[in-house]
Amino acid sequence: MTVADSVSVEAVVEKETASSRAHKTLTSPWASIAAIAIAVLWTIPTIGLFITSFRPEQDVKTTGWWTVLQNPGLGGLTWANYDAVLHGADTDLAVYFVNTIVITIPSVLMPISLAVIAAYAFSWMSFPGRDFLFVAVFALQIVPIQVTMIPLLKLYVQPPFNLQPLAGADAPGGGFYTIWLSHTIFALPLAIYLLHNFMSQIPGELIESARVDGAGHVQIFTRIMLPLMTPAIAAFAIFQFLWVWNDLLVALVFGGGSLDVSPLTVRLAELSGTKGQDWHLLSAGAFVSLVVPLIVFLSLQRFFVRGLLAGSVKG
Amino acid sequence: MSSTEKFVQMFICIALFFGVVAIILLLTSKLRSRSGERVQFLAFVLPALALIAIGLLYPAIVTIYRSFQDNTGTDFVGIDNYHTVFTDSEQLRVLRNTAAWVLLVPTVSTFIGLVYAVLVDRARLEKFAKGLIFLPMAISLVGASLIWKFVYDYKDKSVDQIGLANQILKSLGFDTYQFLLTEPWNTLFLIVIMIWVQAGFAMTILSASIKAIPDDIIEAARLDGVSGLKMFRYITIPSIRPSLIVVITTISITTLKAFDIVRTATGGNFDTSVLAYEFYVQSFRSNNAGLGAALAVIIFILVLPIVVYNVRQMRRLEAR
Repeated sequence: MTVADSVSVEAVVEKETASSRAHKTLTSPWASIAAIAIAVLWTIPTIGLFITSFRPEQDVKTTGWWTVLQNPGLGGLTWANYDAVLHGADTDLAVYFVNTIVITIPSVLMPISLAVIAAYAFSWMSFPGRDFLFVAVFALQIVPIQVTMIPLLKLYVQPPFNLQPLAGADAPGGGFYTIWLSHTIFALPLAIYLLHNFMSQIPGELIESARVDGAGHVQIFTRIMLPLMTPAIAAFAIFQFLWVWNDLLVALVFGGGSLDVSPLTVRLAELSGTKGQDWHLLSAGAFVSLVVPLIVFLSLQRFFVRGLLAGSVKG
Repeated sequence: MSSTEKFVQMFICIALFFGVVAIILLLTSKLRSRSGERVQFLAFVLPALALIAIGLLYPAIVTIYRSFQDNTGTDFVGIDNYHTVFTDSEQLRVLRNTAAWVLLVPTVSTFIGLVYAVLVDRARLEKFAKGLIFLPMAISLVGASLIWKFVYDYKDKSVDQIGLANQILKSLGFDTYQFLLTEPWNTLFLIVIMIWVQAGFAMTILSASIKAIPDDIIEAARLDGVSGLKMFRYITIPSIRPSLIVVITTISITTLKAFDIVRTATGGNFDTSVLAYEFYVQSFRSNNAGLGAALAVIIFILVLPIVVYNVRQMRRLEAR
């Protein structure tokens, strides 16, 4: 065993005792009960809705989901609700599911593509007033999206200089551009800030030596920076993905509530009002919208936590 | 529009934006001189800066300007719109509800998150236990509202319940209760939904912060005979104080801006509206553009000091 190994083992052992002592000071049977109580309280509502989504309509309307637990067995469970909610003419969630995907992917990629070059320029190029511009971008993060909505919507509907309106009957891209652009705009300050923070930590010697070897900024950016940036880009991408996928306000305002461009959240919120008692449909619908963010979240949690704190003041 | 057409449009859009970036990179790749670098800088930042200026800066200025005009946007009315927000009885209700949200959600969810983080710290299955609480963060507020609307579902006491909360009331011998309809407590039951979502955020950040407390501090305190709740009060809390502040301010900001829960669960009826929802109603349903603008500016003004404080604390946190 090398010296380094023994030191690290010692450190681990010491850490274990010191913090487990801190833990023990608060551990008692009551503490365990409290922890379990919180955990149960936090999971039961979701489990209830999840079980409900597999129960036949008649059962859902007459008895509580917990009765399933009293007579277990999967006999009574069915996929019928999912079938009804995805393809039924009055819910049609499959269409909205496609809309959500079509909205989300560009809304994640567009701000990244623009922010990554802007962040590079702010980190490594010299320009008079560069720092002032960067602080201005950073400061604009705090503008709540509510403040921007009506004038922005007006710009989309009646742009100046006879430009092509982005909303309305013959809008380009079927009307998606208003939502895509809005998400991009609202994400840019955060994206630039996050990527700049990360990029400016990369040692300057790396850039300098590349420049001495005759590389220009574009070469440095594509060959050196982009590969190094992957974790930061991933952190932002996951944060933005969940933000856009779960967004209601932007889609509601800029999608105009039309069937062609509205995402799942808009449709579900509407169903909650019009079909408030059809819990067999609402429960299945809720899980249709939850399943993708849950998978993304569970598989990429590591990156998400990193982006979470930095992105917390967004929107 | 068919699904295929939508995906085609999606790819066109992505290609467009990536194309712009690629062209910028290509056109500037030969620039080397000092003045060339300035051109390059502008080419790199202008697309983003233009979008921010058109989509954030300009609209924000217009909205602030509009908040001093009447609903048609023709006449200046001074501070009339703001006057309405602070005098009209319905708007005052909105302000009171918002105050309840902003006071309760950050404090209660941070408290629960902190307690839970301490309780499961170094416990068996810690990761799994944390995941359970953190999970609501991944789902939409619309989804969360549906989950809880089902918990609150009301049926008369004489029939079988399908909502868990009323089933519990019934089995304890109480009358069933209209959680989302009965004023003024319905606001409280909406707040529960937001607490349920935000506690996971508080728990994650605080848990990381607790693990970062240096062991020698704890060891020294222990040698001085500090233990139990005293350790928590005098060692843990002061050590994680910057994180605590960041968590509380962050949740306050989120809460001030969130309108999804109110819209999905009650539609703002039964006296449950909050600022962010009222903004939406006045701007897009009632066509009171002036009042809507004033409400948006009020959200802005309320968020502003919290964000500034939050950013400063976060800087301090990063500096450590």
